[in-house]
Amino acid sequence: MGTRRIPLPGVGTQYDLTTESGGHLSVVVHHDGRRFLGVYRADDPDACESVALDPEEATALAHLIDPTRLEGIDTDGLDLVTEHIPVGSRSPYAGRLLGDTRARTRTGASIVAVLRRTSVHPSPGPDFRLGLGDTLVAVGTREGVDALAAIIGGG
Amino acid sequence: MHDTTSLLLELGALLLTLGLIGRFAGRIGLSPVPLYLLAGLAFGKGGLLPLDASEEFVAVGAEIGVILLLMTLGLEYSASELVGSLRTQYPSGLVDFVLNALPGALAGILLGWGPVGAVALAGVTWISSSGVVAKVLTDLGRLGNRETPAILGVLVIEDLSMALYLPLLTALVAGVGLAGGSIALVVALGTVVVVLYFALRHGHHLSRAVSSDNPEMLLLVVLGLTVLVAGIAQRLQVSAAVGAFLVGIALSGEVAEGAHRLLTPLRDLFAAVFFVFFGLSTDPAAIPPVLPVALLLAAVTVVTKVATGWYAARRAGVGTRGRFRAGGALVARGEFSVVIAGLAAATEPRILPLATAYVMLMVLLGPTTARWTEPLLTRLRGARGRGTAPAPHPRGVGAGAAANRRGQRR
Repeated sequence: MGTRRIPLPGVGTQYDLTTESGGHLSVVVHHDGRRFLGVYRADDPDACESVALDPEEATALAHLIDPTRLEGIDTDGLDLVTEHIPVGSRSPYAGRLLGDTRARTRTGASIVAVLRRTSVHPSPGPDFRLGLGDTLVAVGTREGVDALAAIIGGG
Repeated sequence: MHDTTSLLLELGALLLTLGLIGRFAGRIGLSPVPLYLLAGLAFGKGGLLPLDASEEFVAVGAEIGVILLLMTLGLEYSASELVGSLRTQYPSGLVDFVLNALPGALAGILLGWGPVGAVALAGVTWISSSGVVAKVLTDLGRLGNRETPAILGVLVIEDLSMALYLPLLTALVAGVGLAGGSIALVVALGTVVVVLYFALRHGHHLSRAVSSDNPEMLLLVVLGLTVLVAGIAQRLQVSAAVGAFLVGIALSGEVAEGAHRLLTPLRDLFAAVFFVFFGLSTDPAAIPPVLPVALLLAAVTVVTKVATGWYAARRAGVGTRGRFRAGGALVARGEFSVVIAGLAAATEPRILPLATAYVMLMVLLGPTTARWTEPLLTRLRGARGRGTAPAPHPRGVGAGAAANRRGQRR
C-alpha cells in the first residue's frame, strides 16, 4: 500500500492511495470540511468519479470502513466508550491547559489523544494547551464521557 | 445636499437588488460578478437609475472590498504552499504570463493607450479568476483529478505575481515613469520576500499575538491590522491590495481559519459593492463600440489559456484529455481583471468599458470551457485520427432491460 499527500493550495489536501492489488483511490480534504472520495476511471486514469461528503457523512463512512472499531471497546463487565469531544468556541478551556480541566478527577474519563487539524497528539500531559477547534478523544464510562463533554463544551 | 435618509434609501435599494440578482445567479449556476457589473451599469451615470447620495459611501466600500478580496485570498494560502508551488510550477507560471499577458499588452498598444494602458490590459487578460476556477473544479468533482494540482499551481503563481504586478501598476498610474516603476517593483519584491520568510519562520508568533477566543475581538483586530497595513502600503506606493494580501499570508493556522470564517461575509458584501462601483464608473454607452475588441480579445485569450493549462498539465505528466481539461478550467477571468482595470482607470478611463465587456464574456465562458473543452477536443481528435467517429458502444436491448429491472426493484 502506498499513500501520497498532495497539497492543493487554496482548496485543501489530496491523499492518494494505491492498494496492493493496484487499485487507486483518493480523498480530497477540503478546507470547508467536506471530503471528496475519488475513484479513478478506467478509460482515463487522470480523471476520477468523485463523491462529495459533508463532515458527518465522512465520519459515518470512516466508521463503516474502519476494521478496528473504535467505539464500544469490549471489556469485562465495564462498558467503556470512546467519544470525540470538540473544543468549540463556547468552551471555557480553549487556550487553557489540559490540567485545568481536571478531567479524570471530576469524571473518571481519560483523554487519550487530542486531534488537531494539522497533527495528532497522543496521550497529552496536563501541561498540554488546548486550542479552539481541537478534538479530544476521551475514553471512559458513558456517564463519565458525557460529563466530560459537558465540561469541555461549557454546559 | 444629501441627507442621511436618501443615503439609506439608495443603499438599501442597491443592496437588495444585489441580493436578488445574486440569488438569481445562484439559481442558474452562475458567478454573480457579471450581474453585479450589470447592476453597476444600470445605477451609474447614463444608466437607468443614477445614484448620487450614496456615491461616496460606495466609493469607500469599493476600496475596502478590494482590500478584503486580497486579504481573504492571502488567508487561503499558507506561506509554505506558496513557496512550494513557486518552486515546482514556475515554468508554467512563466508560460502563463507570456501567453496571456502579451495579447492584452498588444491590444493596449494597438489601441494607442500608451505604456500604462498596455500594462494594465496585459494584467486584465493574464490573471484567471481563482474563485471561479476553484468553484468550477469543486462543482465538476475534479478535485481528485491528476491535473488539478497543476491548475491550482498556476493560480497560486498568478496570485503571488499580483504582489509584484499591482505595485508596478500603481506606480505607473501615479505617473512616476519607468525608473520610479522599477523602484516600486524592487520595494515590492523585497517586501514579498521578507513577508514570506517571516511567515515561514515566525508566522505563528503573529498568529498567536492576533489570536483571540472572542470572535468580536478577532474580527476587529484582524480587520484593523489589515486596513492599517493596507493604508501604510498605499502610502509607500506599494498598493493597498498587496499590503492586505501579505497580511493574509502572514496569518496561519487557527487564526487564519477563524479570520476567514469571520471575514468572508464582510468580503462578500464589500466585494459586491466594489463590482457595482466599477460598473457605476463605466458609461454603458461606451460598451457597444468596444464589444468587437472585447470579443476578439476573449477569443484569443481562451486559446492561450487552454494552451497554458495544456502545458502545465503536461509538465505534471497528465495525459492528453487531462491537459485539455486543465486548459478549459483556467479560462475564467474575473475579480482580478476588474481590480486591475479599476486601478488603471485613473489614467486610462477607456479601459473601463473594455474590461467590463471582457470580464463579463470570460466569467460566462469560463465554466463552459471548463466543462466542454476536453469532450469537444477529444471528439475532434478522434474524428481526425480514425477518419470516422468511433462506433457507438454496443448497448443492446439486454442492457436497457436490465437497467429497467433495477429501476423497478427500487
